[in-house]
Amino acid sequence: MKSVAASFLMIVPAYVLMLGVATADDQVSRGKYLVTIAACNDCHTPLKLGPKGPEPDMSLMLSGHPESLQMPTAPSLPPGPWTSSFAATNTAWAGPWGVSFTANLTPDPETGLGRWTLRNFKDTIRSGRHLGRGRPILPPMPIPMYKQMTDADLEAVFAYLQTIPAISNRVPQPLPPPATGTAAATEH
Amino acid sequence: MFVPRHGGIISAMSFKVLMAAAITALAGMVFVVSAGAGPLPDRLSDTGLFVEGSTSEVRAGVLSFTPQYPLWSDGAIKRRWIYLPPGTFIDASRPSAWEFPRGTRLWKEFRLERRVETRFIERLADGSWRYATYIWSEDGQDAVLASGEGIASLTLNGTEPRQYSIPSELDCRACHEGPAVPVLGFSALQLSSDRDPLAVHAESLRADDVDLRKLIERGLVRNLPTSLIKTPPRISAASPTERAALGYLHGNCGQCHTNSSDASVPVDLQLAQDVTDPASTEKVLQSLRSSSSQFRLPGTTAAVPLVSPGASHNSALLIRMRSRDASVQMPPLGTAIPDSEGLALIARWIDQDKNPSTSRE
Ligand code: HEC
Repeated sequence: MKSVAASFLMIVPAYVLMLGVATADDQVSRGKYLVTIAACNDCHTPLKLGPKGPEPDMSLMLSGHPESLQMPTAPSLPPGPWTSSFAATNTAWAGPWGVSFTANLTPDPETGLGRWTLRNFKDTIRSGRHLGRGRPILPPMPIPMYKQMTDADLEAVFAYLQTIPAISNRVPQPLPPPATGTAAATEH
Repeated sequence: MFVPRHGGIISAMSFKVLMAAAITALAGMVFVVSAGAGPLPDRLSDTGLFVEGSTSEVRAGVLSFTPQYPLWSDGAIKRRWIYLPPGTFIDASRPSAWEFPRGTRLWKEFRLERRVETRFIERLADGSWRYATYIWSEDGQDAVLASGEGIASLTLNGTEPRQYSIPSELDCRACHEGPAVPVLGFSALQLSSDRDPLAVHAESLRADDVDLRKLIERGLVRNLPTSLIKTPPRISAASPTERAALGYLHGNCGQCHTNSSDASVPVDLQLAQDVTDPASTEKVLQSLRSSSSQFRLPGTTAAVPLVSPGASHNSALLIRMRSRDASVQMPPLGTAIPDSEGLALIARWIDQDKNPSTSRE
């Protein structure tokens, strides 16, 4: 598996960075392509159990962790190299950072990215902070890789995300690591 | 801040997570230098702060200043300087958004047991601003330009060893590019000669400090409305505690919480004072009453109000100021240690002072 990951590691940034600038007309389709190969669906579209095992539930495409899925307390793991757990939907993640829930990337104005500007989106990805100025975006969102996308690529991804069906789904706020015991909050 | 470490339960369907973690190590070293400007000097001693050959004696023409409501920086002792090119001046016709001449430079030195860091802002010929920071060598000989990526955790030795975080260029922009003008502590209110005696962490003026009056006398600040020259700006407040509390919020929170249409600050909260607006305080108090808070304690669904009059423990304003959980803390960057004096002031204001949500109905 390591070698699979390693080759992916080299191929994805190469594709993302080298495919050049799209024309205005196919910016959205290029965005769709980038969202597909950069695997946003892996985490932001909940998995459901299909006949061949877990598969993305495209009726909930990119709408993030379903608000109806209340997660029980994350399992506590024994000391050692196993540090993280994730939900069967692949949308909730528990680890040393606490519990993170994947965001709603659909253009729903109340619960998704509907009110975001392109600048908000770029600032978020480039800085790794909510809207560029707020709290740090938690793992496993692959900020260190995505922040290397070109401006044109980020613009295309955002343009595409603004065209997908809006789904109203208020993703829960992240939970702090057990040790700190404080509240967590986000404002969308 | 957390660095993702996924030695975790990685299945075939999520190996990209592993990939993402691995790539953390390859995170970009992109530091964009504005077009047309020469590169930033490698050493602080070449930025024009000190006289030639010195790293302590400040050059003539570089002016020292001390804002009355300093930003909390985890207890660091700070010194600040500004340089305006000869013959230039600051146009204060917009009193809350001063226009600085091209070539303006500002420095802010951070000292703990020794000098640690000196931050630098410069206005370039094309009108844009650039940001950098210089890290002092342990022996204090000189400070060297830091990478634009910043340093999440720098170990400082000394009698009280501690971790220290050097901001990235994006961190600089996150705070400085909220307001109309990115210079934060050098403004009519911050330099007013009517200084607040109760300001938290107030520093007394140094002999060579410039303040608003001196700047106007020397023609370095021009076009400020005469009313503000006659009566130096001062926060209007129902009590001395309220004045200091509003000043603290202005100095520490007002750079982002301007209640502008800016979508990058999702709460409609105004904590910045506007010296030209006599209703400024009322607007701040009003926004503390009426802004909707999204903040929830874990396991609860009801949002905690921003300010619960008489109950600071149930006020998101104070809870978030006190927290240093990365997802909760305010400000979200630039501090790892809560400001106990600032917390005490805001708690006193909420709990005892004129009830902030009814005093001005
Ligand atoms: C490995 C899992 C994973 C992948 C792949 C992934 N994300 Fe995320 N993403 C997350 C998690 C988890 C969060 C929430 C983090 C948090 O709350 O701090 C998140 C948050 C975000 C946010 C921040 C939302 C906010 O309100 O600040 C944006 C924007 C985003 N993702 C976009 C994308 C895009 C676009 C892609 C594909 C190019 C993508 N993500 C791929 C896991 C992932």
